[in-house]
Amino acid sequence: MTALAEGIAGAGSLAPETPVRRGRRRTGAWRYVVLGVLGLYFLLPIAASVWFTVHDRKNGGITLGTYAAIPGAEGFADAFTRSLVLAALTVVLALLLMVPTVVLVTLRLPRLRTAVELLTLMPLVLPPIALVVGVRSVLSWAPDYFLNTPLATAFFALQEPTLPWILVLIYVVLALPFVYRALDAGVRGADLRTLTEAARNLGASWPRVLVSVVLPVLRTSVLNAAFLTFALVLGEFTIASILGFETFPTWIVRISGSEPKLSVAVSVLSLLVTWALLLLISALDRRRGTKESS
Amino acid sequence: MLTLLGALPFFLYVTVFLLLPIGVMAVEAFRATDPVTFQESWSTGSIRAITEGPYRRAYLGSLQLSVITAVLGGILGLALAVAILRTRRNLLLRRLVLTASGVLANFGGVPLAFAFIAAIGTSGVITALLTDTLGLGLGGFSLYSMTGLAVVYLYFLIPLMVLTITPALEALRPQWREAADNLGASGWQYWRYVGGPVLAPPVIGATMLLFASSFAAYATAKALVGSSLPLVTLQIADALSSNVVVGSENLGKALALGMVVLIGIVMAFYAWVQRRTQRWLS
Repeated sequence: MTALAEGIAGAGSLAPETPVRRGRRRTGAWRYVVLGVLGLYFLLPIAASVWFTVHDRKNGGITLGTYAAIPGAEGFADAFTRSLVLAALTVVLALLLMVPTVVLVTLRLPRLRTAVELLTLMPLVLPPIALVVGVRSVLSWAPDYFLNTPLATAFFALQEPTLPWILVLIYVVLALPFVYRALDAGVRGADLRTLTEAARNLGASWPRVLVSVVLPVLRTSVLNAAFLTFALVLGEFTIASILGFETFPTWIVRISGSEPKLSVAVSVLSLLVTWALLLLISALDRRRGTKESS
Repeated sequence: MLTLLGALPFFLYVTVFLLLPIGVMAVEAFRATDPVTFQESWSTGSIRAITEGPYRRAYLGSLQLSVITAVLGGILGLALAVAILRTRRNLLLRRLVLTASGVLANFGGVPLAFAFIAAIGTSGVITALLTDTLGLGLGGFSLYSMTGLAVVYLYFLIPLMVLTITPALEALRPQWREAADNLGASGWQYWRYVGGPVLAPPVIGATMLLFASSFAAYATAKALVGSSLPLVTLQIADALSSNVVVGSENLGKALALGMVVLIGIVMAFYAWVQRRTQRWLS
């Protein structure tokens, strides 16, 4: 509440300075109060974290030592690389599964649309911790019932700690709402039916249509879906932690006890880098959009 | 026939990796393991256990926290979204806020927890500033309490509200406002009779999403308070990680089933509200 209280005080002292005009224009003033208060609330923790990591409490002064120590920190390289690989695999698998499904549902099977929509939205409201409890129960079938069968071997292979494929499989489920919505928006925006019919009439096969017509039309949505999925996997903690795998977020929590500065530095850096990437994508997206429309 | 086959991978995938685990969890919540013989049997023991004592408190704590943060996050997020959209000339600010919202709402709670620990935790920068330099202290506030959790939860719930409600706000046509103005409506009348009714269903829907997100949050709470607060997600993790008590795994399943049932009730209520408002609108 402190951050909030401070924010209110800060904006309150500013408010009288904004010119208050009579009539309709006056409604504009509350906007600056909202922007000011929430701006403080959102910026203060980030600013404080940056100060926390660069300020040397013993000698005073500013040091970037904490940030320089990140790459060499114990376990960081392993956990971060693992998270990156998991994210890439999840993006590929989610797109392989959803692009054909969305296209097919839009063009050929509109009556399945509601079912697909409902199923993809389920992970949005279903608590991940409930899902992972179920996944643990299913995984425990391997030692309990299937011992010494190929199925048990497959189950154990999925839980290889260096590259836990089971995480990829569940992350695809968690990413479904974002991937579906991004792709659906793209499909609605483009006249996909005419384009695919033209391609089919010209003798293109369905795989060919997917690769040379659908994907180029959907590239913005695909990019959006891929980015959201990537960020989701990089930040996912619940499932990795309950299943006992070390990924980037579980690593941060593990080292936070012994290296508080490092954990804060990595946290802030990951937030800012993700934000910068998203800004870059949205800027690229916009530039391409204006070029095409002109 | 062949086209139906094309939709098969999706339905197969969802069945195996979403419906099967949830189903197994729901069934096994009714199993019990005998502590002496390790014999398994059907039992409602776990289900009964989660409605009493500390588990009941955990459900109530989680529900209270989620309702408060969802309503607060909904109101503040809506205000922020409206404020951002009104600044039509300032496209840079708009894009900065929308992309930042995308990161904060989707990236997960661990980094947020540590940013707040660095700011207003026990040895946080702002805590030190307030107590040592200004001599004020935090006024009894602790980051490691329910109030503290609420402050951190809002850090990802407000952006989530901004993201979900912005499309609905953009669909609000300026012509409606102009028409209302020309007919002599005041700003309040416009919101009461035009803007409000049109926005009500998406706002309620987005608030429900915030509730679900807050109810399911585990990472932030775990990173911030360990397991010292009464929250269902923390209790589930505790039950799963305890190797000492026989049958605690089943307790975890029962607790998870309880969460799914509660979310189901909330969603059913939401569907009912949605149907009513739609009938009223048409």
